[in-house]
Amino acid sequence: MNATAANANVRRPGPVLRLVGAAADAVADFGKLMVDWAVSVGGITLFSVRVVSWMVTRRPRRETLLPNFYQVGVLSLPVVALTGTFIGMVLAVQSYVQFRVMHLETRLGAVINMTLVRELGPVLAATMLAGRVGSAMAAELGTMRVTEQIDALASMGANPIHYLAVPRLLACVFMIPSLTIMADFMGVAGGYFYSVHVLGIDMHHYFTNSEQYVGSFDIFSGVFKSLFFGIAIALVSCHRGFHCDAGAEGVGRAATTAFVYSFVIILVLDLALGIFLDAIYNSIWPEGMKMM
Amino acid sequence: MSRDVDEDREDARPLVEVRGLDVAFGAQEVLRDISLEIPRGQTLAIIGESGCGKTVLLKTMIGLVRPTRGEVSFDGHDLQSLSEKELTRQRIRFGFVFQNAALFDSMTIEQNVAFPLRQHTAMTETEIHEVVLARLAEVGLAASVSNKKPAELSGGMRKRVGLARALTMQPDILLYDEPTTGLDPIMSDVIGELIVETRTKYPITSVVVTHDMRVAQKVADRIVMLYPLPQLEDEEAQILYDGPPARIEEAEDERVGQFVRGEAKAGVGGENGIRDSGFGIRG
Repeated sequence: MNATAANANVRRPGPVLRLVGAAADAVADFGKLMVDWAVSVGGITLFSVRVVSWMVTRRPRRETLLPNFYQVGVLSLPVVALTGTFIGMVLAVQSYVQFRVMHLETRLGAVINMTLVRELGPVLAATMLAGRVGSAMAAELGTMRVTEQIDALASMGANPIHYLAVPRLLACVFMIPSLTIMADFMGVAGGYFYSVHVLGIDMHHYFTNSEQYVGSFDIFSGVFKSLFFGIAIALVSCHRGFHCDAGAEGVGRAATTAFVYSFVIILVLDLALGIFLDAIYNSIWPEGMKMM
Repeated sequence: MSRDVDEDREDARPLVEVRGLDVAFGAQEVLRDISLEIPRGQTLAIIGESGCGKTVLLKTMIGLVRPTRGEVSFDGHDLQSLSEKELTRQRIRFGFVFQNAALFDSMTIEQNVAFPLRQHTAMTETEIHEVVLARLAEVGLAASVSNKKPAELSGGMRKRVGLARALTMQPDILLYDEPTTGLDPIMSDVIGELIVETRTKYPITSVVVTHDMRVAQKVADRIVMLYPLPQLEDEEAQILYDGPPARIEEAEDERVGQFVRGEAKAGVGGENGIRDSGFGIRG
């Protein structure tokens, strides 16, 4: 009874005070978000510096390199090839109607192949790598962290970064260009197959137009971008694995965040490198733009 | 002559010195103002209930956990001031037996035990194989297990392999983290025997973290008991007992006797004691 009376006597804050309180909470939440973001960016930067420093100061052991090269390169080939083929065909399907309206069907080759080698080949190869290899790396390293295997490595005088992270980074950096070229090639083949054999576009014009627009710089720019995607996937995934929270939930979260963070970084890098490479292209061949 | 004096001085210096150690993870304080010296050749048991920071203290001694304050020195080297590479070198002198053995599950037992040899020596495969079999035999395992994967072994066998792997480089100090947790009483005793045998065979310093009083009594020359920080007053020391095993039951602090006898804490903290220990009946 007394308690009820006391509650009735407590005055609820007025609308202005409530608004100020809500605004203060929002600012505090935003501040916390920013601090967390800065901490995680700082964490991954310091981790990357340590990985690179171990990579340049001590040669990785052969037995740690080969399994990772096999896992990242050879085992990823089928899925990357399949994705490339289907994207090439899908591009043909989607663009054909628009180009036929303008009677430019023979230009389809230029559009498909340019899109593939500059953008979709590298981005899709990197996305498949982040999904197939990045999350597996984070889950594997996360399990090793949770079951103290990483501590066991350190306790036996083997540096976990040198032993686990460096070979994975090297495997991603060396294998992703081949995977990108594979995605490009299969995409071009898929696009050709659908355009020429299903849509009945003339093969000679299809490839002559491609040749006119797609140059070696375009292929180079796709492969060049993929190197940065490979570095990002390896560093983000290893960082998530090394800093995994305890338990099965922690390992699951490490695998998921490794893919999500890698994917976001791939998109941001794709934009930044796209702008950078265009600037380079225009400074080397200023007349290139006029020709278009 | 002067060299002999230097060597004597080195022998007299404790192998591990922990001074004013604080460890916190974020806002959670785990260890507070811990100071400890471990002389060469001693077997020290660190006991205490779950969550009191025993394992954290053990991992701080090998530099796997960085203290927030204070320092740990190993054979005169301050672990915090060592570079990552130098710390890695010093760790070869440690053997660490993990709670769940922490064997590399992608490798066979032989590859696990041979791991430090392949990392740090230029031995041939035949020599490595011989050493592995000798180490496995020392912990009572047959050569036939060497080609198995850790998942194919029982908990007790995995712990033995963990011990064999820790002994591979003939370390100066062995750190055991809960060596008998999860084992039946017979296997616990076998592991206890192994710890004693290892110390008899090698001139080794050992630190055993355990909450199994039988093991502590069996293997230790000295027992240190830690108490969880949340259950301590602000100024109270975290080490409740530091002395020989024979005298632990006579300790002045009632909480030490209760831990040794395995009694619930109703008498000490009243209702709070039970609630803090996590066994309270609520409602």
